[in-house]
Amino acid sequence: MKNRSLVSITDYTKEEYIKILNLAEEFEKNPTQRILEDFVVATLFFEPSTRTRLSFESAASRLGAKVIGFSDATNSSVSKGESLKDTILTVSNYSDIIVMRHPREGSARFASEVSTVPIINAGDGGNQHPTQCLLDLYSIRKTQGKLDGLNVAFVGDLKYGRTVHSNVMALCNFNTTFHLVSPLELKLPSYVKMHIKGNNLNYHQYTDLSEVMPVADIIYMTRIQKERFSDPIEYEKVKNAYILTASMLSGCKENMRVLHPLPRVNEITEDVDVTKQAYYFQQALNGVYVRQALLASILGVK
Amino acid sequence: MENENIRKELVVSAIENGSVIDHIPAKSVFRVVKMLNLEDTDTQVTVGFNLESRKYGKKGIIKVSNKYFEDEEVNKIALVAPTATLIVIKDYKVTEKRNVKIPDEIRKIVKCVNPNCITNHQQVATRFTVIDKEDLKLQCHYCEKITGKNNIDIL
Repeated sequence: MKNRSLVSITDYTKEEYIKILNLAEEFEKNPTQRILEDFVVATLFFEPSTRTRLSFESAASRLGAKVIGFSDATNSSVSKGESLKDTILTVSNYSDIIVMRHPREGSARFASEVSTVPIINAGDGGNQHPTQCLLDLYSIRKTQGKLDGLNVAFVGDLKYGRTVHSNVMALCNFNTTFHLVSPLELKLPSYVKMHIKGNNLNYHQYTDLSEVMPVADIIYMTRIQKERFSDPIEYEKVKNAYILTASMLSGCKENMRVLHPLPRVNEITEDVDVTKQAYYFQQALNGVYVRQALLASILGVK
Repeated sequence: MENENIRKELVVSAIENGSVIDHIPAKSVFRVVKMLNLEDTDTQVTVGFNLESRKYGKKGIIKVSNKYFEDEEVNKIALVAPTATLIVIKDYKVTEKRNVKIPDEIRKIVKCVNPNCITNHQQVATRFTVIDKEDLKLQCHYCEKITGKNNIDIL
């Protein structure tokens, strides 16, 4: 993986996912290692995303790297009208790796083609967010002890949720059975379902969250956004149907854990936080280890 | 029979050397002209459309004198004219006849359907992988969204 950009989750093979997850496990045991002291990590956030940026900066700092960059395009040369290409070429001169988030889809792929240093995509519009996907895989493996042959339920906005699409794509490598819970308007797009079928795996679709409770090993919750609905009445009808509460967990499997990419709004009520099924805050912490693993392996240190 | 031949001769005159693109769907003729940059050429070009075709009803035809197309150049027209045939003429004789084929990759000529794609905002040449040649589907190399046959917009 040395010197290779990570733009899309499909850039990596199953073996490479596992290599990163194993490396992340090492960093979880021993998070502070000054192995990147000679490196400069640039974090270019053309749109703000405090959580993702801090997670990357924390990962880089724990490994001793210097961090440069900006957290918002308004106070950088971008606001003067500089092209993405010029920004990337310039920052390539100052750094050994670039972590970028950009509102336009495909921006990270383009950046990886013009950059002289590797790029890690930290989100390009609604397209890809591969480090989120890897930290989700890490969290699934950690809570279940394995990745193979699990029943994974995705709940909420399955149409527009990019994390759901990349997670489904990645989990297709691990003999997963998919349980897809969403309002009819927000069903998983057919090209993603075709990908499942193409891997000879099965999916089941539901509109009622309680139906997956007895079968799921993982329930991956996502937020349903009002602006996704063409008809506001439709939104009002479904908005409360995909909220997970502590009382709903009574019939769930012993090993079941709830994941969420965060930030949550109201789709998981706070009474779930204290149950042993709640894993979403630990999930966010796992992001630091996975990003440490990616930085170290792309920079060729591990 | 003789009259028939004369009539045809008048409709589309023969060329000595060059290329003929035949069996273009009548409505796509001008898109093909644009895709092949024939508007900027100095050589003699004859464009015909709504011509009778036994096979296709109405068809279009383009004759370009003294020009031979590379595969890569001509295959892109398969996007709008999948039935087109390329005929190579040398010394008034047909020396080669082949059907256009949809290429595996398409660069520059198609606009990405996704309004939030980087190619629609910065100077980035578009690039697509053809993921379905029958029911034409192009996947953007950058934003990964799919442009279907009904959304194909030629740049």
